[in-house]
Amino acid sequence: MSPSPEAQSIPGLEQAVALGLTREEYALVCDELGGREPNEVELAMFSLLWSEHCAYKHSKKLLRTLPTEGPAVVMGPGENAGAVDVGDGWAVAFKVESHNHPSAVEPFQGAATGVGGILRDIFALGARPIAVLDSLRFGEPTSERSRYLLDRAVAGIGHYGNSIGVPTVGGEVSFEGPYETNCLVNAMAIGLARTDDMVRSAAAGVGNVLVLFGASTGRDGIGGASVLASAELDAEDDSKRPSVQVGDPFEESKLLECSLELLDRGLLVALQDLGAAGLTSAASEMAAKGGVGLDLDVARVPLREADMAPFEIMVSESQERMLCVCEPAQVEAVLAVCEKWEVHGTAVGEVTGTGRFRVLRDGAVVGDMPVSGLVDDCPLYDLAPERPAAPLYPAPPAVLGREADVREALTALLSSPNLASRRPLFEQYDPIVQSRTVRRPEEADAAVLWLHDMGEGAPAIATSIDGNGRKVAADPYWGTIGNALECAANLACVGAQPLGTTNNLNFGNPEKPHIAWQLSEAVRGLGDACRALEAPIVGGNVSLYNEGADGPIYPTPVVGMVGVLPDPRRAGRLGFAAEGDAIALVGWGAEAAPSLAASELAKLRGEALPDGLPALDLDRVVATLDAVREAVRADELRSAHDIAEGGLLVAVAEACLAGGIGAALDLGDSDDVWTRLFGERPGGFVVSGPREALDRLGERAPVELVGTVGGDALEVAVGSLGERWALAELREAHGALAPLFP
Amino acid sequence: MRIGVITFPGTCDDVDARLAAGKVGEAVALWHRDPDLHGVDAVVVPGGFSYGDYLRAGAIARFSPAMGSVVDFAREGGLVLGICNGFQILCEAGLLPGALLPNTNLRFTCRQVDLEVVRTDTPFTSTCEVGERLSIPAKHTSGRFVGDVPEDQVVLRYAAGENFNGSQDDIAGVVNEGRNVLGLMPHPEHAVDVLTGGSADGLKLFEGMARVAVA
Repeated sequence: MSPSPEAQSIPGLEQAVALGLTREEYALVCDELGGREPNEVELAMFSLLWSEHCAYKHSKKLLRTLPTEGPAVVMGPGENAGAVDVGDGWAVAFKVESHNHPSAVEPFQGAATGVGGILRDIFALGARPIAVLDSLRFGEPTSERSRYLLDRAVAGIGHYGNSIGVPTVGGEVSFEGPYETNCLVNAMAIGLARTDDMVRSAAAGVGNVLVLFGASTGRDGIGGASVLASAELDAEDDSKRPSVQVGDPFEESKLLECSLELLDRGLLVALQDLGAAGLTSAASEMAAKGGVGLDLDVARVPLREADMAPFEIMVSESQERMLCVCEPAQVEAVLAVCEKWEVHGTAVGEVTGTGRFRVLRDGAVVGDMPVSGLVDDCPLYDLAPERPAAPLYPAPPAVLGREADVREALTALLSSPNLASRRPLFEQYDPIVQSRTVRRPEEADAAVLWLHDMGEGAPAIATSIDGNGRKVAADPYWGTIGNALECAANLACVGAQPLGTTNNLNFGNPEKPHIAWQLSEAVRGLGDACRALEAPIVGGNVSLYNEGADGPIYPTPVVGMVGVLPDPRRAGRLGFAAEGDAIALVGWGAEAAPSLAASELAKLRGEALPDGLPALDLDRVVATLDAVREAVRADELRSAHDIAEGGLLVAVAEACLAGGIGAALDLGDSDDVWTRLFGERPGGFVVSGPREALDRLGERAPVELVGTVGGDALEVAVGSLGERWALAELREAHGALAPLFP
Repeated sequence: MRIGVITFPGTCDDVDARLAAGKVGEAVALWHRDPDLHGVDAVVVPGGFSYGDYLRAGAIARFSPAMGSVVDFAREGGLVLGICNGFQILCEAGLLPGALLPNTNLRFTCRQVDLEVVRTDTPFTSTCEVGERLSIPAKHTSGRFVGDVPEDQVVLRYAAGENFNGSQDDIAGVVNEGRNVLGLMPHPEHAVDVLTGGSADGLKLFEGMARVAVA
């Protein structure tokens, strides 16, 4: 069947190349169409669905090596989001996604629509969104552009999350030179659903009706996925502003309630959100999963601008839209629910048994393609990884001289952009709406959310998102393992057992051998870590081509984890709590020494990245995590905090500041005071509690008693060195980011 | 004791308000399009971003059918508690004096704040003592109270150092002349359970409301 005469003219090979297809891919598209060249609609649809963003053509083979199965997995990769079982017939759905290039071009709307998009992925499953987290990377705040991007991205995240009534409960931000021209904005959302009520996105039932509901369709965001997300940024980025979508959280709030009511009343066969590549992607994915065909009439799509061409309607990335499939008899009821929520709903097409995606305009065929060709036949590429012979990244500028003493170093670290308090950022977010938040930001290492919907004895979930790019740049394999362990350690500190993992792989151009090597090694590390932690990957996203004029970003695999804790009243805290409590280091023994390699101190000193990080004994780290988690769950500890960026002394200072109480440490002799105080490695904790409780913990993991909680200063003795910092002094240093948000 | 909680499109804290109301009575969900208040004993106008708040906060919600009935209910002496966006809506509806302008920092800000109870001769604060401190979270972009309000209608003030939004005379909550309508920017419904609220101080306002509404 060939398109009718009404179809547009044939754009041809040059246009296809301009849209990102290779010559070979164009030839394959022609094959899919039975030997003829694609018309304008077909070329637009193929070029988007065969883009890196939609087809994962450089990463799919690697992703297949990740562990995706486990006893708690309810829904794995391939659906709108993954989901894990939290007991009593309930499931928690979650996923992280990036909106990096839109945010680099227009940070407020880029970040806002990043949140909007990931929320739609969650409620498209029938899960009510209960939390948002974000992971942000910018250049150093000494740069005016970085400060602007940070300020506007934070405002955009808050604008969307606050307005829609989903708490922003956690996240992370770090500042490094390689993100200067290519910032990262990753957003993670979590939802709660009854497992039996969750809906998949596979279209089914020949003759069933496609209903598009939500915002009307405009020219915003045309080509967002192919223009922005699948190419490197360059100096002409301002001209790409029209490719960035504009968000409307009020519309999404109505869309959310409308979608959940439609599902609750059993009116839908399938539901899918419209994200990258708009109707093209949503409709063809639904058809491909169901093994069916679709007829979709663009003349029935409500438009913001009357004169839109069919291809524009098919690829528009206008936000706040959903596509559902329902039985013909239910259309009236579906539209009535839409009317109740003041959401525009329109029947735009129907399910066919042909296996073809036909785009119509007023009944005339303007595009006719095999569904499987669009969704499944994009060629996948093997990477050509090559370990770089020379360092890829310049050394950061030194801001702390070698002559600085320990006293200066601690305040410099606490006031450095990567370690200073995030309060000026997270105060712009609502972390408490929905009455679930048991631990707010800076109260504990992980956010804790009570699932009160589950009734008497309801458990809580804990969640964390982490992704240190500098460590991954130093060692993609061990650095990525460190990111996953950091998440799991944060969960252990509140007493949570990981159930599943999501990830966003932010990397440079995978067609370059050194980036391909970073990506391959990172995925290998992620797989090994998730297997060791028994926290399978249930979903995620890949963002490639993150390069600017100065080169690639630090390779940044962002890891998000969700775990469960049975008793929310026993959720751990990070701050020291009681005068006289003993302080201990857990899992920090001499057999696996910390290191200054790629540490925050090394960064402040302007040291170049090392070539590799020390290896870890994964089984030993996991055993330590288990011991800490069990102690928290048993209510034995009064505080638990993992030793992360900045090392032991920063972790202790943070526990003092969070608890508003001092500490006295005696760290004994040390032949390397700097490494002892500021060295880093995964799997170590600072805990406090009654002496007997710490002794009991010592039966399960290496425990080193190092001091006592109390007073209004942090005092440290190590070797011949003795230092003292008043809490007020530490607090002032820790508040260094406040001037960024006047 | 039946406490109605109105939901507008864009309301966010209605579930929280119903959970809080449920601790002192029966929570009844009210719908913005429905003028029938279903015989409730008191009404909570909850927080959020009604109609997106793209115009002035609360400016559209006051015209809803449900709000028309709330105005009549309040004029007859019915108890009405407006929280955050609800406070803004009650001001727009003319049930409370004053207006809420953008915070002086022009940013959405969420903070646990200490409030000082100024008067206890209102149903809502009847279980408190004068000078008592309540620890309650506040979260808003437009919470800077300004207005010509008689001293005896100021019920809650931000404690020293807690007024982050720039409200006139540290005013956090005001009542109408009849003392049956209270509006406040901080969120008492988010401080009814120490597990999630950091304190349960906000429950006192709901308890006071329930005690008088039943009497």
